[in-house]
Amino acid sequence: MEVTISTAELLTTDGIPLKQSLRKAERRNKLRAFLLVFPLLLFIVVTFVMPIGDMLLRSVDDSQINSVFPNTFDEYKNWDKGADELPPEEVYKSLFFELANGDKRQIGKALTRMNYAKSGWKSLIKKTTREIKKIIKKGEEPISYKETFIKINKLWGDPTYWYSFNQMVNDRSSIYYWNALDRTFDEDGEVVLQDEKRRMYVKTWLRTFKVSIYVTIFCLILGFPVAHLLANLPLRYSNLLMIFVLLPFWTSLLVRTTAWIVMLQQNGVINGILVWLGVITDDGRIQMVYNEAGTLIAMTQILLPFMILPLYSVMRVIPKSHMRAAQNLGAKPAMAFWRVYLPQTIPGISAGGLLVFVLAIGYFITPELVGGKDGKLIGSWIAYHLKTTLNWGLCAALGGILLGIMLIFYWLYNKIVGIDNIKLG
Amino acid sequence: MALPSYATPVQRTYYYFYLFFCTVVFFFLIAPLFAIIPISFSVSPFMVFTEGMLAWPPDPEAWSIRWYKNMIGDCSADVVSSTVPCSKKWMVGTVNSFYIGIIATVIATALGTLAALGLSRPHMPYKGLIMAILISPMIVPLIITAAGMFFFYARINLVYTFTGVILAHVALATPFVVITVTATLVGFDMNMVKAAQSLGAKPMRTFFKVIMPLILPGIISGALFAFITSFDEVVIVMFMASIDQLTIPKQMWAGIRQEISPVILCMATCLVLLSIFLLTTVELLRRRSEKLRGIKAR
Repeated sequence: MEVTISTAELLTTDGIPLKQSLRKAERRNKLRAFLLVFPLLLFIVVTFVMPIGDMLLRSVDDSQINSVFPNTFDEYKNWDKGADELPPEEVYKSLFFELANGDKRQIGKALTRMNYAKSGWKSLIKKTTREIKKIIKKGEEPISYKETFIKINKLWGDPTYWYSFNQMVNDRSSIYYWNALDRTFDEDGEVVLQDEKRRMYVKTWLRTFKVSIYVTIFCLILGFPVAHLLANLPLRYSNLLMIFVLLPFWTSLLVRTTAWIVMLQQNGVINGILVWLGVITDDGRIQMVYNEAGTLIAMTQILLPFMILPLYSVMRVIPKSHMRAAQNLGAKPAMAFWRVYLPQTIPGISAGGLLVFVLAIGYFITPELVGGKDGKLIGSWIAYHLKTTLNWGLCAALGGILLGIMLIFYWLYNKIVGIDNIKLG
Repeated sequence: MALPSYATPVQRTYYYFYLFFCTVVFFFLIAPLFAIIPISFSVSPFMVFTEGMLAWPPDPEAWSIRWYKNMIGDCSADVVSSTVPCSKKWMVGTVNSFYIGIIATVIATALGTLAALGLSRPHMPYKGLIMAILISPMIVPLIITAAGMFFFYARINLVYTFTGVILAHVALATPFVVITVTATLVGFDMNMVKAAQSLGAKPMRTFFKVIMPLILPGIISGALFAFITSFDEVVIVMFMASIDQLTIPKQMWAGIRQEISPVILCMATCLVLLSIFLLTTVELLRRRSEKLRGIKAR
């Protein structure tokens, strides 16, 4: 076929080049599409993305204490730790006045922060402030501020207290992230392990991973045959059986958690049946809830639909003839399954597995309610610091790490499955 | 699916084991939900099957609706028990849950449908990035969302208000609307819009007379997803609502933590019924939508 290309520019009826006119229309279309999305985008950015960003900023923020003791910290930076054992006179002097004149509430907040760095700060400063106020009331001006401090409390002559300032003198600090991993700074600003009794986060992180991996494996073991059955039954039956998968999906998380407490508690349904069957005696009732086992059982049931649904949608399109063909060619059923069927379900397994795993590591409600003391996951610590200790920096850092892990896994999920392939119901 | 007639005994055993295993899993999925229903009708203030309930012939003395009366705030003599407190809290919670849920659903459905329309247009720029941002509230664990929102909303005085809770719930619910409506729009024939426009319909009229009736099942499904998301949500409510701003999930949470009582099971039974209703509706809508779009049922 012969194609002739005219080199003369095409014009629309208004005399504008066609190309330009088309580009204009294209731009208008883009703008229109964008305007439709804009309200929601703005809403999500303001109500969701900004709060998360704010949280991440908070996890490295250490400015509050710097606004309380600005002069002390400035002077502190001039201290040559190699030459003098204790900080110079100016540090003591600035601290004297900043404690005397500072806002009580702000100092209180700063003290909480100082206690994270070294326990004992809070009571030391409180006692000292009282004495300083007395001195000021009397109208005396101390000859040596350093001596005055040490006279008030001999701990002021202990350089380890002063060393702990090291980690507070900057507006930004990574201390909360280190704390979230059971690490802290020592006198020289080196990262070291926390005291033994303050180490609890690494343990919880490991438990969170362990529980998530177990839940994922259990979900796969339980979900795979069921998805296979649903995918291969005639539509009439599979639609009916699908209700068993979808109903828990639609039921409130708290209802399902409550149901598991009823089932698993010591005089609950399962123990009752076991006693009735004579498997265990009435005194030998098994403790299945308020521990790690309870968390595992309840989370597996709650997350199982998230494994079955992606598996089902993959299995449904695998032609049944493949298995038959393999067997025709002489493969035993087990071999045919292993070599022909299973490889084709890998996308479903990875989608379901990643989804369940990612949901499990961020779980909070169920472990908190049925986990007891040794079944709690990292989410419980975030809630605890948010609501009870008000250590928001640490809370934000724990959240930041969790978010980072989630993003890595979702990036994987996106690579393998594609985020916009998420389907519901 | 049935076993072929030439199956060997080993295959037969495998097959029956497989069926048995699937039955057990189905039972595992559904049994806990239905186990709580009979216990909610127990006389006993403990969450167990009493001997009277299991007796044959059934002992009418063992059954009662006293906890349901307790739940709706009827604190008459036969309802009060020394271990189970009676108050109007459950009803207050129900009203609040519906109030928050309905407002959040309306806003989420409107915003989500608009966005889905935009995202389905072929000219949408940066589609992947925007989709990722819009879906992110569904992906980030609730406890992180709650922490972030608590810090941020505290700065602008929105914590301990219903406004704050509703805004948070809208953010959590919109991804469900966007996903469901986008899925409905995949099979949507854009020529119909062109036809309407060439016949002189303005954009608004085109939307309400042509697009909307066709994607309505998707919109309603999305709205139901949005509603149940808000209605079941407890983490945000726990941190963002004040102590006396109760909702059903918050009251259940408190119930499980402190005063474990059969009243929780009554509410749980009601919620199971609600979820059956919602599931049926969504399923019917999905079939209708497939029929409307001319997709053959699988």
